Amino acid sequence: MAPDQGLSTQQASPAATAGRPQQSSDKPVDLLRFATAGSVDDGKSTLIGRLLYDSKAIFEDQLAAVERTSKARGEDYTNLALLTDGLRAEREQGITIDVAYRYFATPRRKFIIADTPGHVQYTRNMVTGASTADLAVVLVDARNGLTEQSRRHAFLATLLRVPHLVLAVNKMDLVGYESAAFEQIMEEFTAFATKLEIGDLTFIPISALHGDNVVQRSASMPWYEGPSLLHHLEHVHIASDRNLIDARFPVQYVIRPHQATDPSLHDYRGYAGQVAGGVLKPGDEVLHLPSGLATTIERIDTADGPVAEAFPPMSVTLLLADDLDISRGDMICRPHNQPAAAQDIEAMVCWMTDARPLAAGSRLIVKHTTRNVKAIVRDLQYRLDVNTLHRDESATSLGLNEIGRVTLRLTQPVFCDPYTRNRMTGGLILVDAATNATVGAAMITEAG
Amino acid sequence: MPVQHSDYMLSQLDILEAESIHVMREVAAEFERPVLLFSGGKDSVVMLALAAKAFWPARIPFPVMHVDTGHNFPEVLEFRDRRVAELGVRLVVASVQESIDAGKVAEETGRRASRNRLQTVTLLDAIADNRFDAVFGGARRDEEKARAKERVFSFRDEFGQWDPKNQRPELWNLYNARIRSGEHIRVFPLSNWTELDIWHYIGRESLELPSIYFAHKRMVFERDGILLADSPYVTRGDDEPLFEASVRYRTVGDMTCTGAVESTAATIEQVVDEIAVTRITERGQTRADDRTSEAAMEDRKREGYF
Repeated sequence: MAPDQGLSTQQASPAATAGRPQQSSDKPVDLLRFATAGSVDDGKSTLIGRLLYDSKAIFEDQLAAVERTSKARGEDYTNLALLTDGLRAEREQGITIDVAYRYFATPRRKFIIADTPGHVQYTRNMVTGASTADLAVVLVDARNGLTEQSRRHAFLATLLRVPHLVLAVNKMDLVGYESAAFEQIMEEFTAFATKLEIGDLTFIPISALHGDNVVQRSASMPWYEGPSLLHHLEHVHIASDRNLIDARFPVQYVIRPHQATDPSLHDYRGYAGQVAGGVLKPGDEVLHLPSGLATTIERIDTADGPVAEAFPPMSVTLLLADDLDISRGDMICRPHNQPAAAQDIEAMVCWMTDARPLAAGSRLIVKHTTRNVKAIVRDLQYRLDVNTLHRDESATSLGLNEIGRVTLRLTQPVFCDPYTRNRMTGGLILVDAATNATVGAAMITEAG
Repeated sequence: MPVQHSDYMLSQLDILEAESIHVMREVAAEFERPVLLFSGGKDSVVMLALAAKAFWPARIPFPVMHVDTGHNFPEVLEFRDRRVAELGVRLVVASVQESIDAGKVAEETGRRASRNRLQTVTLLDAIADNRFDAVFGGARRDEEKARAKERVFSFRDEFGQWDPKNQRPELWNLYNARIRSGEHIRVFPLSNWTELDIWHYIGRESLELPSIYFAHKRMVFERDGILLADSPYVTRGDDEPLFEASVRYRTVGDMTCTGAVESTAATIEQVVDEIAVTRITERGQTRADDRTSEAAMEDRKREGYF
């Protein structure tokens, strides 16, 4: 039997007959993004299949297609893992190639799952999926205990500053639903976690195959008093995860209506963008970078009318009291709370291509907020072993899926914060100027 | 954004809206010649509404393009022309008939003849002729499993091809817009929206849709479990009798391969209620073009389909 076996759909929830959950449009439903990490052997696809199935996000024709394919492959169960294999090569080879995004909703929340594959190019894909995640679910096989891979997944989640981490100890059915295996893993991981900066850590014993503690609390593990995984996903508090303190507004686009028909728009000059930090209000004194000139927010526009406040991730348009020379790539902040205007940057880089390595002297293009600048790698300080967290200071290059600390010199300053302070102003991507491929991601540690 | 909360949380529709607007502004800022594909379908209606919001009070700074198979629902064409006029945007029509007349593609024949696949050639020619470098499409990742793996900025080579194994990683809200001449990016600002989100948004924003989205009486016939409209463009067999039914459409495409569902839902609220309890995907229920094989969408996408 395949390691990641499908779940029996017979015993599953009333999903097959009942309708999907309804969202009422009058009560606001919020959004949680989470990344799942684990290899095929950990039952990740089965867990996702279970969440989608039990939350009624799988449709009959999708299920029928999976049943047909399972049968054609000679499997004697409905392999729900096939639901997440989108491409022909994946179905034929039984592997997952790329990050896939899945959607389901309950009456409380909408969920976006970044489903990242467990083997080839794992680091690159997990880093991508984790970059926007509010929460990461790391799957551990209860029989095997904590593995090098579980440690790597947890490390990557913390490197990308995913605010909430869930260690889901799966296959509890195969250890007789006993608490001993769960507690052993909990203890080991807690010891390891002291090396990481984990904001919020939750352990949940589950059986994805049988549905224990996935949607419903399990009757087989009365010793576990915590919530089911779905209950946790629905209730975890994410309101305070954004930076609402440091006002950051990268100018994305200047709106200047040119229609001659409406004279009132003649002098309209709005600075459009997505709020990257803090709360902006009309009347606030603000500072423009790079000029360093101060002005006041006169109004905050949206197509639905002006708003009293703007905060992440709102897309709005600022109207300012003074006529400054402002363009895309500039930053609006507060006079007494400014980001660094940095041409020299220290960052943790995840290298994402095997076309060429990153090394001192590599020339790249940086995209940071709404700014594109050229960069040169001054120095590779060390390469990090993501399994042991050992720093290899003798390393001279980073290959595909390797992580290291680098010094970058930029042709022009970027307006940035440490990534630990703000994911939107602390993250950047690296682009190869020759091929235009995205070859790396970087989290700023220090900027000067 | 009508509702604001004391804890600075946005509803999920507000978040989706803010992110889509961010994507559209990013394209307008980084590309020289973007275009927005507009079919008159519900997804492109939402996309056009978001574009209008993104640049308000200025006009949408790029044209819209309709890939016209010549097999349109007349209601949809009327709607298209009216919306374009209201928003003051330029309409580019790329005609499959012209591709056929120019000998670039050969019309399929027989009972299952459809111009669906031919559209790809017309689309790619129009992109090349107009030198468009970014093409907005209304595809959503929840629609189909090959689409679940597609990027928001999806790179296409000079042949318009998608290479799913060699996609650019997408992190945070940073999109790599760099291309060489002749290449282009397909941009999918609705990537993270689900079918239900689209309907909730249409309801919330009171967006107008072509009338075929609501229940109406129509002469139809059944083929492979799909209800197809009687039209001059399909060849019906003797074993496919016509009958009148109360139907609505879940998607809008070519009349020859877009199926209707039996329904009495006459308002957006009633449609949302029906969709919320449906158990079949919109493409599985109403699109004959996706039923050809399990990889039907993947194959068409690789060639450059929307």
